[in-house]
Amino acid sequence: MALDRETRDQFLDTVRRFVRDKLVPIEAEVSETDAVPERIVGEMRQLGLFGLSIPVEYGGLGLSKEDEVLVCFELGQTSPAFRSVIGTNVGIGSQGIVMFGREEQKREWLPKLASGEAIASFCLTEPGAGSDAASLKTTAIRQGDSYIVNGTKRYITNANKASVFTLMARTNPENKGAGGISAFVVPAKLPGISVGKPEKKMGQQGAHICDVIFEDARIPASCLLGTEEGQGFRHSMQVLDRGRLHIAAVCTGVAERLIRECVRYAQERTQFGSRIGDFQLIQAMLADSRTEAFAARAMILEAARARDGGQPISMEAACCKYFASEMVGRVADRAVQIFGGAGYVADYGIERFYRDVRIFRLYEGTSQIQQIVIARALLKGEG
Amino acid sequence: MKVLVPIKRVVDYNVKIRVKPDQTGVDLANVKMSMNPFDEIGIEEAVRLKEKGTATEIVAVSIGPQAAQETIRTALAMGADRGILVKVDHDVEPLAVAKILKGIAQAENPNLIILGKQAIDDDCNQTGQMLAALLGWAQGTFASKVVLEGEHAHVTREVDGGLQTGKLKLPAIVTTDLRLNEPRYASLPNIMKAKKKPIDEKTPADYGVDATPRLKTLKVTEPPKRKGGIKVKTVQELVDKLKNEAGVI
Ligand SMILES: Cc1cc2nc3c(=O)[nH]c(=O)nc-3n(C[C@H](O)[C@H](O)[C@H](O)COP(=O)(O)OP(=O)(O)OC[C@H]3O[C@@H](n4cnc5c(N)ncnc54)[C@H](O)[C@@H]3O)c2cc1C
Repeated sequence: MALDRETRDQFLDTVRRFVRDKLVPIEAEVSETDAVPERIVGEMRQLGLFGLSIPVEYGGLGLSKEDEVLVCFELGQTSPAFRSVIGTNVGIGSQGIVMFGREEQKREWLPKLASGEAIASFCLTEPGAGSDAASLKTTAIRQGDSYIVNGTKRYITNANKASVFTLMARTNPENKGAGGISAFVVPAKLPGISVGKPEKKMGQQGAHICDVIFEDARIPASCLLGTEEGQGFRHSMQVLDRGRLHIAAVCTGVAERLIRECVRYAQERTQFGSRIGDFQLIQAMLADSRTEAFAARAMILEAARARDGGQPISMEAACCKYFASEMVGRVADRAVQIFGGAGYVADYGIERFYRDVRIFRLYEGTSQIQQIVIARALLKGEG
Repeated sequence: MKVLVPIKRVVDYNVKIRVKPDQTGVDLANVKMSMNPFDEIGIEEAVRLKEKGTATEIVAVSIGPQAAQETIRTALAMGADRGILVKVDHDVEPLAVAKILKGIAQAENPNLIILGKQAIDDDCNQTGQMLAALLGWAQGTFASKVVLEGEHAHVTREVDGGLQTGKLKLPAIVTTDLRLNEPRYASLPNIMKAKKKPIDEKTPADYGVDATPRLKTLKVTEPPKRKGGIKVKTVQELVDKLKNEAGVI
């Protein structure tokens, strides 16, 4: 549902204030302690942020895509680790249930995910299956009214906090391709399911990824997402497809934040008797960053509006994710350059952003995978 | 128990304000406006009283232009039950505000009126006190703690050198200081619900008040730019400079 102008502006204003007053001041602390404080998570719950994309009838806010990306532009104005707290409930963890869940699955999980009482993770990647997700090896073999699940999932965001997993596993081992895969909605606490230690990562400290290990885990047959086996790969691709604009908007928010930091620094720092912002070579970097961030914002809004209007936007969403994630990498790189040595020193926070944004080109489809998606659509005559 | 909370729409506290070139006032074109932070604390305190079951109804009042309706909506989203907008398109001075509020108090019969100690635009710090005088009610200004007990409010005030706690007979006026509470953020569901809450529109004339300004602003200027400081070598030098150059001791 699209919000009316006044309500939307008021909500965006609230998110903006929350980011500025509560999140920005503790960026360094979150990075050092590798944890987002519980009180902040509590405030995110109260604001309704966990439920951005969950329909109103299941307790969420049911935002239109345009409204959702507008919120993401705001949430992006701080360390992306904060966004990750709500990321899986808003995106990959919940959307399978929203789009393909049976009514009782929706009723069981969506209200808890919308309120943030439960956290959902998305278990697709495996040690041997990343970009080629259709080659995944985890099996779920039907036995009476259960499935027995075996396999390891890798780099699963928020797995250590999750109460529920959207799991992709092979129900038909004969079929080695996409058609043998089914999706499940699995309570995290079942016997036979364990979660590994959080990985040490390059950036986004405070957000965690872990292995999820299934060893003869017996899950009720009713956990099958939807009603049919063999749909899991298709479902997961649609979930990822839907999340691309969200990630792209977060990238754009981060870029805008970095540009503000750059402008401030360029006006303060003097060398050769002038503010460095007076040097045209610095100005060129500022202008390039601003232009690219503006382009990203414009294309994301255009795609979001088209989607809200009912048009298919798979290819456009891939364009947005591809461009925005690469763009924020360039903007962060220029930010380090504009800050000079200070850009490389932790106290200024710029090197942290530089590391934080690197992931955006990798997860939910690497840049190469986005290129493939875009080119395939073009060659099929869809673009 | 009914609580009335007057709220003012002011330039957002994060905005770096600029004086108009003709020095008649502050440039408000395209400037972000929001609720006076002390009034936000007032709304929060009222909402907490309601959550505790002490207050039953919270009425938010704003005196200002049509756009002040947005400020009322924010209060409604934070938890106020209904709003009253008294429409005035020019600046309203504290005495006129107090007179209008007196009229509203007489119509609404609240048990408690919580105001901000001052508005961050003109920093007058007068309205609460004037209203208490006009109504003949007890007042507890600069409150850092408010406890309601039966017919009384125990108000802890921040005064020079410490805290002073007074016992006020209700109905009473309380003005908020910064440390009274930390206001909540309105959630989107509550922002949506707030759209359905009623806002009455009134004019000063409805309360028999002539809100025409009595004061004339001669000139508004920016504060002088701060000059760089200096380092002194000894205490004697410091004392000497404070005495002979700064003239402050
Ligand atoms: C912080 C983080 C969070 C994550 N969260 C989740 C999560 O919640 N759930 C989940 O399931 N997964 C998650 N992942 C996994 C992530 O989605 C994968 O890492 C990603 O899809 C890439 O897979 P891979 O690491 O196996 O790399 P690979 O697929 O091995 O890719 C290696 C390189 O080869 C390139 N490449 C691969 N195939 C092709 C091709 N056909 N043509 C050209 N180039 C190609 C890639 O672009 C890349 O550059 C997360 C990863 C990280 C680091």
